[in-house]
Amino acid sequence: MNNRIVYMDYNATTPLHPLVKEFMVRELDTYANASSMHELGRQARSAIEDARAKVGMLIGEDSATNTLIFTSGGSESNNTVFATMFHIGRNNKRNKIITTAIEHPCVLNAAKWLEAEGFPVHFLSVDAYGKIDFNELESVLDDSTLLVSVMTANNEIGTIQDIARVVELAKAKGALVHTDATQAAGKIPVNVKALGVDYATLSCHKIYGPKGIGALYIKKGSPIEPLIRGGHQEYGYRAGTYNNLGILGFGEAARLAKENLQTYQSKMSALRNKLRDGIEQKVPLIHINGHRTDVLPNTLNVSFPGAEGESILLYLDLAGIEVSTGSACASGSLDPSHVLLATGLGPELAHGSIRFSLGMYNTEDDVDYVLNELPPIIERLRSMSTVKAEDIAQTLQGVK
Amino acid sequence: MWEYTDKVKELYTNPKNVGEIPDADVVVEVGSIVCGDALTLYLKLDGDIIVDAKFKTFGCGSAIASSSALTEMIKGKTIEEAAMITNKDIVDFLGGLPEQKMHCSVMGQEALEKAIKKIKGETIEDEHEDEGAVICQCFGVTENVIRRVIRENNLTTVEDVTNYTKAGGACGSCIPKIEDILKEELASVVAQPAAATMKPMSNIKRMQLVEETIHNVIRPVLMRDGGDIDLVDIEGKKVYVALRGHCAQCVVSDVTMKNLVEDTLKEFVENDIEVIEVK
Repeated sequence: MNNRIVYMDYNATTPLHPLVKEFMVRELDTYANASSMHELGRQARSAIEDARAKVGMLIGEDSATNTLIFTSGGSESNNTVFATMFHIGRNNKRNKIITTAIEHPCVLNAAKWLEAEGFPVHFLSVDAYGKIDFNELESVLDDSTLLVSVMTANNEIGTIQDIARVVELAKAKGALVHTDATQAAGKIPVNVKALGVDYATLSCHKIYGPKGIGALYIKKGSPIEPLIRGGHQEYGYRAGTYNNLGILGFGEAARLAKENLQTYQSKMSALRNKLRDGIEQKVPLIHINGHRTDVLPNTLNVSFPGAEGESILLYLDLAGIEVSTGSACASGSLDPSHVLLATGLGPELAHGSIRFSLGMYNTEDDVDYVLNELPPIIERLRSMSTVKAEDIAQTLQGVK
Repeated sequence: MWEYTDKVKELYTNPKNVGEIPDADVVVEVGSIVCGDALTLYLKLDGDIIVDAKFKTFGCGSAIASSSALTEMIKGKTIEEAAMITNKDIVDFLGGLPEQKMHCSVMGQEALEKAIKKIKGETIEDEHEDEGAVICQCFGVTENVIRRVIRENNLTTVEDVTNYTKAGGACGSCIPKIEDILKEELASVVAQPAAATMKPMSNIKRMQLVEETIHNVIRPVLMRDGGDIDLVDIEGKKVYVALRGHCAQCVVSDVTMKNLVEDTLKEFVENDIEVIEVK
C-alpha cells in the first residue's frame, strides 16, 4: 500500500495557504479586544479594519467599512439574511421569498423555516445543467416579492448562475437580492458592486484560510437585523468579541485569493479539463454533471452508473484519493444529492456520482495518478454490480 | 460521519464469493438501484445443504461487506440452519455496523429468506400477502419486515426503524404508521409479562413493569412532542413522576398526566395505579 495522498475535495474545505499560516502565526499575539480604547485595543482594531478592506477588495467593494461584517461562517451569514427577512416580512404584504432548489442546506432550511412561519416561498427549478430558468423567475416575481436568493456557484456541480440578470429582474419588482458566493469567491471574479446585490455571503475556509470565520456583505442602505444581539461590534449588526485571529487570517487569505485569481483559474481549468477528458476517454458509460462552460474552474462532477458512490469513494480513499459523493449512502441520509435530483438526474445516476474539486496543491501528476487508479476501480465495482452494462447504456441514452 | 470496523473494511476491499453461479439452484434479487442498494444472491444446493453461495451487489461499502458475510456464513449449512440466521448475526460477523447502515444487514437477511422460501417451493405470488401491506412506498418496505426487525433488534424509535429498514427515510409520509406499529410492538413486549402475572404483584415486579412501561411506551410518545418524563419514586401503587422539556410548561400537562401516563400504566401494569406529578 502506498502513502500517496491526493486531496481533491477542496470544495468541502481547503488547507491553510502557507502564507496565511505564516501571517496568522505572526498575529497570534494580537490578543487585545478590538473594542478597547487603549493602545493595544486600537492596534487590534486597525488590523481588523485592514482585514475587512482586504476581504472587501476580493468582492469588488473598495470601501468595506459599514458594508462588510464578519460572522462565524457561511451558514451564519445566510441565516442573518433570512432572519432579517423574517423581521421585515412578518407584518408586511411584501413577504414572498424566491430561492432555488439547489442552494446549500443552510439557505434551503432557512427558507423552509420562513415557509413554516407563513411566508410564501418559491424554490426555482433548474435545468439539466443546473441553471435557473429566467422565465420561471419572471413568472413568480411580483410586487409582493421581498427577497430573491440565488447562489453564485453551486458547491456540488459548480454551475455558475447569471446573478446580474437575477438582480435586473428582481430590482424591476423592487425585491432585495442575496447571493451565496461561498463557493464562487476566490475561484471566479465576484463584484458585488457591479452586480448590484443587496447581500453576499462569504466563507473563509474555502479560500485557504481558517475555519469558523465568514462575512456578509450588506449594500449601503439595505436593511439588516442582527442574528446575534449584544454589544455594538460590527456596527451593531453582529455582536460578540472580535475573532482576531480568524479575521486577520481571512483578510490575508482574501488578499492572496484576489492576487492569484487569474493564475488559479487557468491552472485549475487546465487540470480539471485534463481530468474530465481523461475520464471520458478511459471510463466507458459515464455522465458529466453540471454546465460545460459556466462552471467553477476546479469542479468536476461525474456519475458512474452501475457503481455506487460510497463504494467508489471508499476504493479511491484506499488509493489515497480524497473526493466526495452525492450518493445517499455516504451522507447518512437515504436520498441522493438534492442538487443532482434537481437537475433531473435519475437516482440510478445520482447514487453513483463523484465530485472531484481541485485546488492549489494538485498537479498534473496527481491527475495522471487519478486517471490511472480510477478506471480499474469503476470496472471492478461494475463487475460485482447487479446492474448490467446494457442497462447502464440505456439509462445514459435517457439523459444525453 | 462513521467509522467502519476492520472486518467491514477487509470485506469491502476484498469481498468473498463475488460473482454468479451459472448453474445455480436458486437466484433471488432484493432491493433496487433506485433505492440505492440491490443484491442478487445465487445458491447451489446438494440435497438440503448449501454447497455454494455467491452474490452481486450495487451498494455502499457495508452492503458489499454484508453480502460477503452472508455468503460466508451460509456456505456448508443446511437450509434449516441457514434459516436461523438473522440480520443481527450478520452484524456480529462484521464486528458491528454503523446505525445508519443497519439496513444493509437486513437486505442480506431478506435475500436469504426469499431464497429459502423459493427452495421450499412457496410460491412468489403469496409473497405480498405474506409480507403484509407495504408501509413505506418509497423503499417498498412491508409491515411484516418492520415488525420482525423491531422485535429481533429491540428497536424503540422511528429513527431506529429507518436505520434498519430505510422505511420513513425519504418522504416521511409513513412515519405515523411506523409510530403506530412501534407502539403496538412495544406494548406487546411489555403487556406479555403483565398478562402472565394474574396473581397479586410483588413490589419489585411492579416497579420493574412501571419502569419498562415509562421507558418503552410513554417516553417515546412524549419525546415526539419535545417532552420527557422522569420516574421520581414508586410507593406501593403510587407512582411519582416529573415531566420535562415541553411537557413541563405545557398548559395541558394535567391532561397529559391523566390521559397518557396513568392510563398507560393502568393498562400495562395494574388497573389501580395512581400517578402523582412532582413539580
